Amino acid sequence: MSREPGVIIAGAAETDQVGKLPGYSTLALHVEAAVNAVRDAGLAMRDIDGIATVSSPGPVQVAHALGIVPRWIDGTGVGGTSFLLHVRHAAAAIRAGYARTVLVTHGESGRSRVGASPRWGSPSSPAGQFEAPHGTFGPTTTFTITALRYMKDFGLTHEQLAYVAVAQRRWAAKNPRAAYRDPITVDDVLASRLIAYPFHLLECCLVTDGGGALVITSADRAGDFARPAVHVLGTGESAEAPMISQLADFTESRAFRLAGQAAFAEAGIGVGDVGHLMIYDAFAHVPIYGLEALGFVGKGEAGAFIADGNTEPGGRLPVNTNGGGLSYTHTGMYGMFAITEAVRQVRGEAAAQVRTPDISVVLGNGGAFATGGVLVLGRQPR
Amino acid sequence: MTAKPVPVATPETQPFWDGCAAGQLRIQRCMNCAKPYFDPRPVCPACGSVNVEWFTASGRATLYSYVINHRPAPGFEDDGPYAIAVVQLAEGPRMMTNLTGVPNTPENLVLDMPLRVTFEPRGEVYLPLFTPAEEEAREKAGDDR
Repeated sequence: MSREPGVIIAGAAETDQVGKLPGYSTLALHVEAAVNAVRDAGLAMRDIDGIATVSSPGPVQVAHALGIVPRWIDGTGVGGTSFLLHVRHAAAAIRAGYARTVLVTHGESGRSRVGASPRWGSPSSPAGQFEAPHGTFGPTTTFTITALRYMKDFGLTHEQLAYVAVAQRRWAAKNPRAAYRDPITVDDVLASRLIAYPFHLLECCLVTDGGGALVITSADRAGDFARPAVHVLGTGESAEAPMISQLADFTESRAFRLAGQAAFAEAGIGVGDVGHLMIYDAFAHVPIYGLEALGFVGKGEAGAFIADGNTEPGGRLPVNTNGGGLSYTHTGMYGMFAITEAVRQVRGEAAAQVRTPDISVVLGNGGAFATGGVLVLGRQPR
Repeated sequence: MTAKPVPVATPETQPFWDGCAAGQLRIQRCMNCAKPYFDPRPVCPACGSVNVEWFTASGRATLYSYVINHRPAPGFEDDGPYAIAVVQLAEGPRMMTNLTGVPNTPENLVLDMPLRVTFEPRGEVYLPLFTPAEEEAREKAGDDR
């Protein structure tokens, strides 16, 4: 067990609004989230000496916009889990002395596409040659394609898949910022229009505009900030395949599993220590894969675990308490919002606050099971 | 209407597309560890060897998984709901494809059903598609009678 100096999340915030924001460019969303997070920490922008964000618009543009003079830069852009990886990389940089206070930003005009980067790749890329010619059209046609194999091999039913959306809507009902708050039933989900069989509309995430940001620094400064420190106890990252068709096994995510093993080992925790869990949920099957990859349930058991009410309000393992990508918000790279909700829960200030968890775990996805990231966050240093 | 996307080969993938144009499903295998692989690249993903070769696969496959897409990609608007499938080749590797010669409905698309490759022109190239292998068996039985 390493006893290196600890690292904390000292500030965390989202944009003032999430949803449909045609008045904001991608960069403006980064900027507003960054300003809010630095203020949340009680710091000034001049205190920031490290910057991390995805490759577009990129750390140089964001740092320049904010007047930050970085001595450490991370532009890791591996999809929606990138911000979890930024936290991991920032923790290493802070321990190494390369930076003292790192700002991680996310902003995405996913719905309005203002100042957004092009959505599709080149026809000579691997996906351009071996997937797009077959009529793929974004994540609804690729990320979803593993589900029928899982359903056949492990007996997951259409009703259990639908129930993932039902359970998360129950959390969203408690969150005034959630896009969709009205209760839904399994029948409602199965009656919503088919997007890509076996997925119906309500089993697919929202597409929204918004942003979020984090301030990361060393734990010896815990107590110096405006808000309670959230300790980064363990982190993990991995990657599998850039094309969904090339995953080794359509019934599991290797990247989720390996990232989780690394993070839990570093934190020295087991699943029984976890009081709150966020799992990236672009589609209803992803929390199922996530619960199994992290070892909360055995292979093939997650659908029944969710349908039995374990993850919803009143259940023994609160999961996706902001309503998730299915009901809260999903800008395209959702991982930041999973982190900000975990921070709120550990601080005890969430809209749908659970019994304040000692440990919250965040699992992020990038691409279509292409990458995985895991953070173990705690109220106390380990 | 926008045309359906046409793949653009790179030097590493050109033999695959040349194979499709010749009516052959050419993939690669490692001459060090003997493992076949797809998608095309100049190094074996199993052992890291650059001693790799192209060969013609049998064209036999089974249906590994799929979705039936109801929000057509540009160029696919007139196709109706269409299956985007991943098939497992008899040699082991998997690839994304479409399923032809069979109604693209859940009732007709049963996981693990046997398939065989067929090639369809798209722009200047030919795409590998798959069709139920029973059709072929029935056709042959018909020919024999």
